[in-house]
Amino acid sequence: MSSPLLGEFLRSRGVTRRDFLQFCTTTAALMGLSPALVPRVAAALAQARRPSVIWLPFQECTGCTESITRAHGSTLESLIFQGISLDYQHTLQAAAGDAAERARETAMQENWGRYLLIVDGSIPTGNKGFSSIAGRDNLSLLQEAARGAAAIVALGSCAAFGGIPGANPNPTGAVPVSAIVKDKPIINVSGCPPIPVVITGVLTQYLTFGKLPELDALGRPRSFYGQTIHDRCYRRPFYERGQFADSFDDEGARQGWCLYKLGCRGPTTHNACATVKWNDGTSFPIEAGHGCIGCSEPGFWDKGGFYQPLSTGQWGSARTLGVAVGVGTALGVASAALARKRQKDAEGA
Amino acid sequence: MNLLDFARGPALQWSLVIFVVGVLWRLLGMLLLRTRKDLSKPRRDAAWKGLRLIALRSWPRKEFLGGTAFGEVMGYAFHIGFLLALFFYVPHVLFFADISRGLLGTDLHGLTGLHWPTLPNGVVTLLSAISIAALVAVLIHRIVNPVKRLISNFDDYFSWLVTLGPLVTGMAAFAHLGGWPYERLLAVHLLAAELLLVWFPFGKLMHAFTIFVARGSTGMLFERKGASL
Repeated sequence: MSSPLLGEFLRSRGVTRRDFLQFCTTTAALMGLSPALVPRVAAALAQARRPSVIWLPFQECTGCTESITRAHGSTLESLIFQGISLDYQHTLQAAAGDAAERARETAMQENWGRYLLIVDGSIPTGNKGFSSIAGRDNLSLLQEAARGAAAIVALGSCAAFGGIPGANPNPTGAVPVSAIVKDKPIINVSGCPPIPVVITGVLTQYLTFGKLPELDALGRPRSFYGQTIHDRCYRRPFYERGQFADSFDDEGARQGWCLYKLGCRGPTTHNACATVKWNDGTSFPIEAGHGCIGCSEPGFWDKGGFYQPLSTGQWGSARTLGVAVGVGTALGVASAALARKRQKDAEGA
Repeated sequence: MNLLDFARGPALQWSLVIFVVGVLWRLLGMLLLRTRKDLSKPRRDAAWKGLRLIALRSWPRKEFLGGTAFGEVMGYAFHIGFLLALFFYVPHVLFFADISRGLLGTDLHGLTGLHWPTLPNGVVTLLSAISIAALVAVLIHRIVNPVKRLISNFDDYFSWLVTLGPLVTGMAAFAHLGGWPYERLLAVHLLAAELLLVWFPFGKLMHAFTIFVARGSTGMLFERKGASL
């Protein structure tokens, strides 16, 4: 596999130095690096050899691939991503069948211990026939590829946490990468799908510094998942003032008030949507008028209705409390009657 | 059922049931007791004036200021902080509104057209921190002071603990502390509040219901006997 420098590759694709530096500055800022480190990021990135990447898609919907490749237009993020030596990705590669599998095996042999393994989709642990590639079940493919990987990027919430295939009742016994692989560093880039710049940011950090980014308790890069959507939401002042939309078409919604009462999961969701946004920084779900559904958090599909406020208590009916009032009153009256009798007896004695 | 579902569902319902049953049982059990008829002639007839004692006892007396100032200041700091955080923090208000809708089919806005005001999160955080600091201070004082230590029992320490629980877990949930997922922090916070509700009627926390009744009846008794309030 040829592996020219990333800088050469980008120049050959018509990326100007200005665009490249702008990307480095933005990515450095997102990673929480000092502006003084931008030249270092740019130099390291331009000189970085295209690392071998093997991408295994398992139980997934191709949304993560769609997010990064941005079929509607080529961006610097997608070019950077193309700048890696993507040696296997059966959705994107031209080769098919035996040729594709041979490409994977060759890349693994030539780069054993050094390649980056990207996994999107969860891994079924039930019937092996639930999901297979070229006659191989997902579980054995992952175990084999993980052995020779330098690190693993679990791309999307399915690979990171089980996602929708792992949602109740989880018919395929779907599990995340971390449930299978225990002896390799794993970076969870969660989201359904993850933001393109978050994916490239993680790759950039790996290429620039040759090490994995600092991770949070759920294995996600702190630089992108360190804050909640709510922390950086432009509707936050309305939350602070207690101004909430009660329905999607009321005056509050038209005024752009907070969507907390309509089930927004922003306060519990760690992601960079509110700052990086989507579609070249155009917007993100809350800006488009819908609450965050918390897609970058574990088990987001099983956390109740998307339109129930986070504070919702699952209270049945008034009848239970009515019975409690009756029982409490009866107990109070009975114990007072008993005490009165004792008082009377004591006075009489 | 996960921990949050349990905390929001059965645990919430049962803790409220125990709270209501326990409070009514204890309150009615006390209020319906026989009061011994006082056959002596009252020194002063205006017994209702005794109700002034409710206000008078809520403020330190000049003569005892040196001995009571610490407790008074810490008591007010805790109670004000706790009650404001409880009733004016946005998610709490929405939670109460949700319970109200579950029980009555409507909330305050539906009943009266009024909006329940809320406080900014920063203010609630500060108030909670003040409450926690006050609780820690009174515990230290209770342990250090030999008289208070002597008259303290399990009820005092356990009531302190279950009061501190919702404050600390609430702050942890708000700040996403401990590296736990928010849902688990929220569940632990709810369970801590539910433990408070369950213990409330059976320990000294019941003073929330009895304190003004006790002060009022004592004041009326004093007034009747001609004592200076």
